[in-house]
This record gives sequence, structure tokens and C-alpha cells, in this order.
Amino acid sequence: MKRKLIAVAILATGLSATGASAAECIAPADPGGGWDFTCRTVGRLLTELGIEESPVQVTNMPGGVGAVAFANVAGKRADEADLLVATSTVGVTQIAQGKYPGDVDVMRWVGMLGSDVGVIVVPADSEYQSLDDLMGALKQGPTSVPVAGSSGAGGWDHIRLLMLADTAGMSGDDYKSIRWVQFDGGSPAVTQMMGGQVGAVSTDLGEIAGFVESGDIKILAALSDEPIPAFPDAPTAKSQGYDVTGYNWRGFYTGGDVSEADYDNWVNELKTLYDSDEWKAAAEANGLIPVWRGGAEFETYVQDQSNLMAEISRQIGVIK
Amino acid sequence: MDILTSLMDGFAVALTPTNIALAIFGCFVGTLIGALPGLGPVNGVAILIPVAFAMKLEPGSALIMLSCIYYGCMYGGRISSIMLNIPGDEPAIMTTLDGYPMAKKGKAAQALGISAMASFVGATVATIGLTFFAPLLAKAAIYFGPADYFALYVMAFATIGGVAGVNPIKTLIAAMIGLMLASVGLDPATGTARFTFGSYHLYDGFDPIVSIVGLFAISEVIMYFEREANGGADQAVPLNKGLPKIREMFAGFSASLRGSFIGFICGVLPGAGASLGAFVSYSVEKQVSDQDGTFGTGDPRGIAAPEAGNNAASGGALIPMLTLGVPGSGTTAVMLALLISLNIQPGPLLFERQPEIVWGLIASLYLANVVLLVMNVPMVGLFTRLLSLPQWLLMPVVIMVSFIGIYSISHSPFDLLVMIGFGVLGYVLRKLDISLVPVVLGLLLGADMENNLRRALSISGGDFAILFQSWIALVIYAFTALMLALTLAMARRRPKRETI
Repeated sequence: MKRKLIAVAILATGLSATGASAAECIAPADPGGGWDFTCRTVGRLLTELGIEESPVQVTNMPGGVGAVAFANVAGKRADEADLLVATSTVGVTQIAQGKYPGDVDVMRWVGMLGSDVGVIVVPADSEYQSLDDLMGALKQGPTSVPVAGSSGAGGWDHIRLLMLADTAGMSGDDYKSIRWVQFDGGSPAVTQMMGGQVGAVSTDLGEIAGFVESGDIKILAALSDEPIPAFPDAPTAKSQGYDVTGYNWRGFYTGGDVSEADYDNWVNELKTLYDSDEWKAAAEANGLIPVWRGGAEFETYVQDQSNLMAEISRQIGVIK
Repeated sequence: MDILTSLMDGFAVALTPTNIALAIFGCFVGTLIGALPGLGPVNGVAILIPVAFAMKLEPGSALIMLSCIYYGCMYGGRISSIMLNIPGDEPAIMTTLDGYPMAKKGKAAQALGISAMASFVGATVATIGLTFFAPLLAKAAIYFGPADYFALYVMAFATIGGVAGVNPIKTLIAAMIGLMLASVGLDPATGTARFTFGSYHLYDGFDPIVSIVGLFAISEVIMYFEREANGGADQAVPLNKGLPKIREMFAGFSASLRGSFIGFICGVLPGAGASLGAFVSYSVEKQVSDQDGTFGTGDPRGIAAPEAGNNAASGGALIPMLTLGVPGSGTTAVMLALLISLNIQPGPLLFERQPEIVWGLIASLYLANVVLLVMNVPMVGLFTRLLSLPQWLLMPVVIMVSFIGIYSISHSPFDLLVMIGFGVLGYVLRKLDISLVPVVLGLLLGADMENNLRRALSISGGDFAILFQSWIALVIYAFTALMLALTLAMARRRPKRETI
């Protein structure tokens, strides 16, 4: 019996820590979330397509919305060539608000493979049938419509709503008093909205697309430049006169001290993956729009986004 | 009839030789993972997802294997609760209350038999509920708002005083310690760090599983050192070899049914879950049937109710996961991730779009239940032999499994330190004769209770009246008041037992 216990324990650890030669992807969250999905799907495809020879190891390192993994890589594994860490706009928002031990320039930003699109949704039978309706109601009484999302106050879901409110001409004091309710994900927020607890939800489309397809909820505004391919009829905020976009890209960083050659190697591998049909299919199945930015272009992009986030966060009073 | 036809189609998917073999493998591995302290269903499923991919299984087969692991873990969690007083996973903590005392009386085989039967009843009730009422229940569950969930947690904590030990004050102290520990970490509503002392490792608070392994397993080892240092011999546990009789396994059967019902409801509500299910099942059962104060000393009903409750809740939790895409617990979150990576999108359209997957999964759950029951009865003999191992052999294994299990969750040495810290805390509390179960309940449920309170207050803009504005919440408060009144009345009527 005991031998069996030990065998299982060894098996269990062995599976999660194979040899040093294999590439490793750190998902800085518990199994089940978006970062975990990014690592597992990309890891699986890198192996299946033969881009990486041995299976890519996925390690979950949850904590502090990615801060624990960031600190770990910055402190101990900054020069490891075989390492990728999954991240997204949410991670960059955290960095911009000073919630990670370091700035974006601590890491090398490898590339983004796709992007989720922010949406504002309401129940299908809601009294608000356009973004103007909802924003009008919020202007009239900022506390009249509680809005929910998957991030806490000051997180990316919240910021996107406030950007809309700002564009709608609400004053800072007014939009700061909009009631914001945090749930542990887009789906719980949407189901609570369907149960009548909140009036609208601001979050990423990918996780909640099923509710739009089933007709339970309605997209008031897609925060993208172009209409979303899967829902061409859903109007963008831009088409309604609100010049706001809010993507949530999915991508990777690696340690700040990796050699230029190793960095380029990762950029090339991810680009090869991005160009495959398999990635396009996997991305679409999960509500992501395939978008590529890699290498130097991506590093500049992340730096710019971080600056922008810091500015918005200051504007709305999340940081000083 | 439609449902039965679909279910038959599901069995046609599940009952191929490969899938049966995978189901048996999943049940076996699941039971072992569940039994190991620290390794629970979350890691079990997460660790084996890559294995399923590496074996190039069809999506249906992968799902069958992994859901059998999930059910298997829920069965297995009880084993170390009963044999070692160390819960194998979070929902199994309630099983320590009567399971371990029963094993100490030499009735380990019976305790394992009763809990196997109760697990079977609970999981079967939940699977039947899933088969027939899934879409309906999902529709009902969405009307449960934050204020209602908060009322549910109030009910749970209102009954905590009677749950463990003879001294309600000590139980309350223990629960308070748990609630205080639950407040460590990022404030969910605003992202402000609380009591983290600048350490990023504390941002997510204390992981309940780390605290459970520390409180129970590590403190057990410290207690052992103390006994050895004092030259005290191990208390020999009387052993009855062999298997429980069929008749004995049905002890507490009606408690199983009540527990299943309560657990199932807690499972269907995405904000509740299996730990709450087991807890409420136990405390309600205690209110209903503990006339002579035998709960906590090895009462069969005290094993049957929480075991049925936690297994029913795990099955019930699949309903919001499949029909709404809302995971009610860590494990269903992993299952959700698995489904998504198999290109199956849970949500309102799943039953229409991919019926063969859903019904194949449901059929495999029935299969898993039967396999687990059949497998668990002969395994009773194997597990009871654990107790005949000398302590000097058992304790190092407990330590090793604890360290490996906890490290494998997040690869964080910091968690090991937290675990040791909890071990010392557990030792101190045991010395003060304070039950450890309420500490874990406080830690486990406190965060959810707070989140729901915060959400309710965010909706109302800080007005506490929202807590009493929904009829669901009012019904729950009325039920809570009734249970408290019942407890007080029973305490009056029952002649004072000497405190032990």
C-alpha cells in the first residue's frame, strides 16, 4: 500500500517537473483561467506542430494576479532560455499600477498571438437597447445602474467602463460613483445579471459568447475597431460615437537576461505557431481574434500600453 | 422519455471497452489521489490533463477518464480522514469528526464501508438530478444573488457552535481564528493588499488545502514526537480485519439521503460548493437526529451525512458548470478548462449543440459510481491495514506525502513554510483542546462569505438593507432561526452530560 502511495506521489511530481531540457510555460494562475488556457493550448500546439521537440511543460504559479510568477522569473530565472510566461492586458495593467515588483522593462516581451475583445452587455430584454441608453441612464444617475465584471475596482473590466463614461462626458466624480460589482469571471457576472442583480456587465467576450449566441444577453457595444467576426451585427462603440477600444491580448514574456538569440528563437517559434491553421482554429473556438505582434514591435507596444494604463489609472483615481 | 433516449445514447458512448477501461483507471487513480493529503481533485485533474492529451484520447474518452478521476477523488478524500484524522481534501474535513473516532474504536472497516455507501448514494442522487433537472435547476440557480449567498453563509456559521467538540466557546474561538486568517490577501473588491506585509506570496491569502495539511497532518506528526519523547507507547488501535458486512454499510442510510439532498442543492448553487454542502449536511443531520449526543464519537450518521453531502455537491456542481459555464469550485474550474481545451464550450447551448458529449459524460458518471462502490469495498481491507503500520513508519510517509503534495500544487517553497506554520498552530490548538475543523471552515468559507457581502453592498451602494430584501434570503434566515431554536430547546431538554 505504502509503496503505491509513494509511487503515485512520485508520479504526480514527476509529471509536473520533467527534465530541464523541455521548454516550460508558466501560467501565473490556478488551473482553469485564461492564462492557464494560453499556456496549455500554446504548449500543446507547439509540440503537436513539431515546433518544440519535447512536450512543453505547463507550470501553474498562482499569486498576486501574476506578481508571484513575475517576481520569481525576475529574481531567479531571468536568463533561462526555455521559459515563457503567459500574460495579457490584465498583467500589464497590474504592472502599470505598480502592483508587480518591477516595471515592464524588467522582462523581454516575446509576442501576442490573439486578443479578446471587451464588450458591454445587458440582458436581452433590458430597457437599455443601445450604448446611448445605458450611458444616458448613468449620466442621469451614476448610481442607478450597478455594473459588474470579472475584475475588481480599478481592474481592466472596470477601466473600460470608465473610459466609456469619460467619453460620454461624465465628470470624474460622477463616473467614480458608478456602482461596480466584482465577480470571479465573466460567466458568473453574466448569470448574476440574468438573475436581475446588476444591470449591465463589462468584460471580455470570449468567456460569455455562448450567452450571446443563445439570445439571453445582448451586446450594446463591442470595444473593437471593426465589428467582431463572430457577431457582425453587434455595433462597436466607435460606430455609436464613443471612440473607445478595449482589447485583452494574450501573449508571453520571458526573463530579462535571455540572450538575443534565444529571444529571437522564441519570437520565431511563436510566429510559426501563429501562422498555423491550428492556432487560428483554437483561437476562434475560444472567442479570440488572431492578432500578431512580436519582437521589437511587441516590446514597444507593451511599453506604450503600460504608459497609457498608468495615465488612465491616474485619471480615474486608482493610483496617485 | 426524451431524456431516457438521450441517456441510452450516452451509455452507448460510455460503454465501449476502451472507455470502461479508462473509467476504471480513472476511478482507481482518483481514489488514490483523493486519499493523499494535499493532493485533491484540482491537482488530480490538472496533473492528468496532459496525460489525456499525450494518450491522444478522443474528447469523449478524455472527459470520461477525467470525470472518473474527479468522482474518484471525492470518494478517496474520506479515507485518510477516517484512518489518520487527516482530510484528503477540503470537503472531507467534516468526515474526520465521526469517522476518526469510529476508526479508533476499532470499527475502521465499518466507517469506510458506511462512507463508501454514503458516497455512492450522494453521487447517484446528484447524477440523477443532473440527468433530469439540469437546465431547470440552472435557471433557478441564477436567481440566487449575493445577498442570498451571504444568508447561506450566515446559516452555516450560525450552526458552527454545535458542530465540533463539547465546548461551544472553544468552537467559536476556532471559527474566529479561521475567519481572521481568511482576511489575509488582496481585497477582492478593490485589490488592496491586507495583512500581506509586503509579500507577494500572501496576495492570494492562505490556500485552504495548505492549511488543512498543516493543521491536521503536520500537527499530528508533532503530537507523535511529543508522545515519543514522553516515552508514551502508541495507543494501539484495535483492528478488525476483513470487510464490512453489507448490513453494516447501510447504517445511516436515511442520513445519507438527507445529506444528499442538502449537498446537491449546495452544489447546484455556484457560490456554495462541496465543502459547504458537507458542512451543512453534517450540522443539519446533527440537529435532526443527535438526540443522545453520540455525534462526534463515531456515530454512523455523522459519517454518512457529510460524505453523501460532499459527493452530491460535487455532482450538483457540474450543473452550473455545464449549463452556464460557471464553475462553482476549483475542481469544476479545472474541468471547465479541460472542456474548453477539447473545444467543447460549456454554456447555455451545450446540451443542444453537443448532446453526445454531455450524455456520454452523464452516463460515465453513473458508470464511475458503480465502479467506485465495487472497487472501494474490497479496498477497505487494504486501507485498514494502514492502521497496523507502526507509527514510526507511518509518520515519515505522512510528512513526505504532505510536502510533495503541497509543493506540487504551486511549486512554491513558501507554501511549505505556511504549511509548517499551520502545523505548529494546529499543535497549539490541539493542546488547548480546540477543535481544528471550525478553523478550516472559517478559512474556507470566510472568503466566500465576505465576497458575497461585499458584492451585495456594492450593488446597494453600501446600504445594508439589501441583505433583507430578497425573499430567498429571508427564508434562509427563518430556517436559521428555527435551527437555533431547536438547538436551544434540545440543550434544555437533554440532561447535562458530564463534559469529557
